[in-house]
Amino acid sequence: MEKILVGLKRVVDYNVRVRVKGDGSGVETEGVKMSINPFDEIALEEALRIKERGEANEVVVVSIGSGEAQQQLRTGLAMGADRAILVETVATPDPLSCAHALLEIVKRENPELVILGKQAIDNDNAQTGQMLAALWGRPQGTFASKLEFNGGSVRVTREVDAGLDVIEVDLPAVITADLRLNEPRYVKLPDIMKAKKKPLDQIPLAELSVPDSPAIAETGFEPPAARERGIMVDDVAGLVGALNDKGLL
Amino acid sequence: MAKVLLIAEHDGTSLNPSTAKCVACAAEISGAEIEVAVFAESAGAIAAQAASLDSVSRVLSNEATANRGALAAVLAPQIVAMADSYDYIFGPSTTFGKDLMPRVAALLGVNQISDIMSVEGERVFKRPIYAGSAVVTVEAPAGVPVVATIRTASFRAVGAGNSAPVDAVDVSADIPDHTRFIASETGKSDRPDLQSASRVVAGGRALGSEENFDLIYKLADKLEAGVGASRAAVDAGYVPNEMQVGQTGRIIAPDLYIAIGISGAIQHLTGIKDAGTIVAINKDEEAPIFEVADIGLVGDLFNVVPELTEALD
Repeated sequence: MEKILVGLKRVVDYNVRVRVKGDGSGVETEGVKMSINPFDEIALEEALRIKERGEANEVVVVSIGSGEAQQQLRTGLAMGADRAILVETVATPDPLSCAHALLEIVKRENPELVILGKQAIDNDNAQTGQMLAALWGRPQGTFASKLEFNGGSVRVTREVDAGLDVIEVDLPAVITADLRLNEPRYVKLPDIMKAKKKPLDQIPLAELSVPDSPAIAETGFEPPAARERGIMVDDVAGLVGALNDKGLL
Repeated sequence: MAKVLLIAEHDGTSLNPSTAKCVACAAEISGAEIEVAVFAESAGAIAAQAASLDSVSRVLSNEATANRGALAAVLAPQIVAMADSYDYIFGPSTTFGKDLMPRVAALLGVNQISDIMSVEGERVFKRPIYAGSAVVTVEAPAGVPVVATIRTASFRAVGAGNSAPVDAVDVSADIPDHTRFIASETGKSDRPDLQSASRVVAGGRALGSEENFDLIYKLADKLEAGVGASRAAVDAGYVPNEMQVGQTGRIIAPDLYIAIGISGAIQHLTGIKDAGTIVAINKDEEAPIFEVADIGLVGDLFNVVPELTEALD
């Protein structure tokens, strides 16, 4: 195929312990480490492997967000993407608007395959890929752990609650990457230098025809209900006794 | 009146327990009239199970060969064709619902609420974000249907003493042929299903190998428990992915959860926070799992687990 489009979202790093702001207006993101959403990294790795096998010619990474998301796009370029597009906006919009914006990029770029992460680890929505597929009128292969290409279609092994599902979808299609699709490569220093010269286009979100969607309002944030600290037992006998006391055996 | 269309989850022969939990959530909406839609190749038995659920007013049974394998691309246009008269369209926040409901929402031109954990008002709900590190209150806009997935671990299944009417429906929608179901490879296990088991024993990276995970299976069998694992154990290849408990795996709420050699990263804890009793066995007394455990035991799992298994004889 000619082109694969990969979405990269800038999110609070996986290792940061996120806290709710004291006034309940949001979560504390000031000064915390930001990274590519880990599932998007897996999506990009898969696209790069497809290209390296000679099954695709170009990998384009796209992000929707503030100017700072250029950092994540540069990392994507350093991993091996050929060029980057930043759809620039103040804050990342809701999933439906993101899907509309991605559809506009899809119309410009005409990729045969779009790979996104199965969910972003900030809002944990797991929606954008499915919404893009719906708006585009194309198949979706969500939670993918294996892709096998065969001419104009791809066989997708999906991680589902009961085990694995295998489906076949015609291209073009949207794939969302699950954890075991691959293990992303580490970026090497010379690649970071090379990535600085790769093209990164910036398109204001307002330039794309994204319809207003009825927004879901976020009216307050709170920390999760804490579990009370329990008891410590010294040995197996103590554990069995404690379980018996609770009527659990 | 608040009309709710709930999309049933099933494996082709029987109703998944997630549906009864979604009914419980929907029933918390004041004035809810709950209708359950069953899309299947052969819907009879599944529809009958759905009709037995308390609070359900009607079951809509939709039989078609194309419904085999529950493909989102096939089901979504059919749901959209039925959507007109409903205020709410709900599905479970399982891989089935997560795959399907955003496609439905986008076709309807609305945003979707993921993982409802509580109903706070007619259009107001709470949901977890950042792996459960925060809970956000969300309000769906007026004038459009509320499309949402429901975090099943947050709700207790309704009873099954009902006999709601089952109506066959024939939906006219364009069914695409660009997506084809090939096969399901479900883990064949005699153990209780992880999602619905009342007891779960789970192992982490400290098990060290696939072979050593036998210790977990033996204890689980003694307790008639389901078996889970941390993401680290899945990553290390000790167990298949469908056993993963946490932010990106299963969210479960058993009466008893025994975490063995699991340190308790926030991403794991979000998957078990609704468990009745959490037991932690770990050799590191500083492990964060002890902060949430009801009963903690510091010790080497390779000694403790066999001893515990034997003690349960």
